[in-house]
Amino acid sequence: MSTELPNPIRPAFTVPTDDGHVIVNIGPSHPATHGTIQIVAELDGERVVRTDVHCGYLHRGFEKECESHTWHNLIPYVDRLNYCSALINNFAYCDTVETLMGIEITPRCRYLRTLLAEYSRLADHLTCIAASLMELGAMTAFLYLVTIRDYIYEHLADVTGARVTYSYGRIGGLANDLPPGWLERLGQILEQYEDFAGRVHGLMDRNRIFIDRMRDVGVLTPADAVNWGYTGPILRSTGVPRDLRKDTPYLAYAELDFEVPVGIKGDNYDRYFVRMREMDESVHMIHQLMEMLPDGPVTVDDRRCVLPEKQLVYTEIESLINHFKLIIDGPQVPAGECYVAHESANGELGFYIVSDGTGTPWKLHCRAPSFVHMCGVHRMLDGYQLADIVPTFGSINMIGGECDR
Amino acid sequence: MNTALLESLRDKLAGDGREASVAHGLVAVELAANAVLPTATRLKTEHAFDLLLDVTAVDWPQREPRFDVVWHFYSTRDFVRIRLKTRVPAADPVVDTLISLYGSAHFMERECHDMYGIRFRGNADLRPILLYEGFEGHPLRKDYPKRREQPLVSYRK
Repeated sequence: MSTELPNPIRPAFTVPTDDGHVIVNIGPSHPATHGTIQIVAELDGERVVRTDVHCGYLHRGFEKECESHTWHNLIPYVDRLNYCSALINNFAYCDTVETLMGIEITPRCRYLRTLLAEYSRLADHLTCIAASLMELGAMTAFLYLVTIRDYIYEHLADVTGARVTYSYGRIGGLANDLPPGWLERLGQILEQYEDFAGRVHGLMDRNRIFIDRMRDVGVLTPADAVNWGYTGPILRSTGVPRDLRKDTPYLAYAELDFEVPVGIKGDNYDRYFVRMREMDESVHMIHQLMEMLPDGPVTVDDRRCVLPEKQLVYTEIESLINHFKLIIDGPQVPAGECYVAHESANGELGFYIVSDGTGTPWKLHCRAPSFVHMCGVHRMLDGYQLADIVPTFGSINMIGGECDR
Repeated sequence: MNTALLESLRDKLAGDGREASVAHGLVAVELAANAVLPTATRLKTEHAFDLLLDVTAVDWPQREPRFDVVWHFYSTRDFVRIRLKTRVPAADPVVDTLISLYGSAHFMERECHDMYGIRFRGNADLRPILLYEGFEGHPLRKDYPKRREQPLVSYRK
């Protein structure tokens, strides 16, 4: 058997620009690169001169697969894009299809989706901050944050039936309503969050070692961030207050009181702090939404996309046919195209769908923030130390599922 | 959603072979392939569309020209989106690159080249990005069979 394995990538450079420089390969088999990103770096001693970033190791043909499933059946696939906040993916996808079908969701669904999207954002930011702090050796902060995240996962499992990949959104509504007592437990978890987040602030914010590693490292200017397509917390950390929830409000965001936290320097520390502040804003929003949540159905009464009640399927022929057609043919989405974007935990998550009028998408494209963010990573790595690659990369919160799709 | 702004943008961009309409919350413009770069330049300099969101393509195998190439832009000043769409033939699927205007075009054009084989004139770096070196064909084209496998390392027997 040949021992020579073909190289899946072609590096942008193979010869150093100076005799004293050396080219090293970092990842993809490295925990700090999430096992999926490969960085070819030219080093001058410990200083990074230039980098060439490769992704795609997790590519699993998400968009190709979507073209052979009904609009409903691919909801579990969108879960697996950003698996840290799968609900936001669910809702963004459903919103896109609903826009093309001209469906207006029920008020309870609108508020519930907003609440769950913010709850997911909280879980996503907790994961990101916990992981990037752990990579710097802050094990206590990691455990505090992941404790809360685990409460959230268990709590979301109570409503969706799964801890991570929820498949809870439906075209036209949600899979089911909240179970009894869910909101009371939500209040308890948010209280515990305040406690643990306070401890993390105490451990990290003015910690000399932390500041030395994070301040003025991986600096991104506002103009650079926009040019390289950054959105979400990374763009805001540079001081640009752009947030789709504020600028083009969707769901129930127009009725909520919240701030858009921004950084001052666009460095690693700002990315940490913007996320910490955004979690506080999310909690603030969830408290408001708990008060605002109206009664009523969670799914629209629209036979084009919503399954009829099981009782009716067994007792009347129209509902049986309706159920059968929705399962076998899928919801008939009118021919056309549309692009809808939500503010996901990482930035603009957009779905571009093209329908030919049948029950399966002609084309579905996901504008994944993580993929776009990988394009400009070299701007944050070049010129800093080799050891800075790990915290800088951690602060970007690259999610392999949506980067490689 | 700023309907008045979208409509004024539509009126400004229509004409010169461009068809513009407002649909589902954005301005959709259809234009000739050679008009993409000048129009994108105008969008960026005159209308503050400073964020390139997305580059992708749509395959219509029964149609000639076969491919739609689609760009989405966002204005961080006016909070509106615009879509540019052009048609290119399968025999010579070429459009101009936007890397001179937007850094983020680098990876997105590489992905579009991977998946559909669209070439971006002026982008010298169209190395595979989600696929690997030596991958044959363009998987998101409709004539690429979903089940076709090209393992880089052969499966264990």
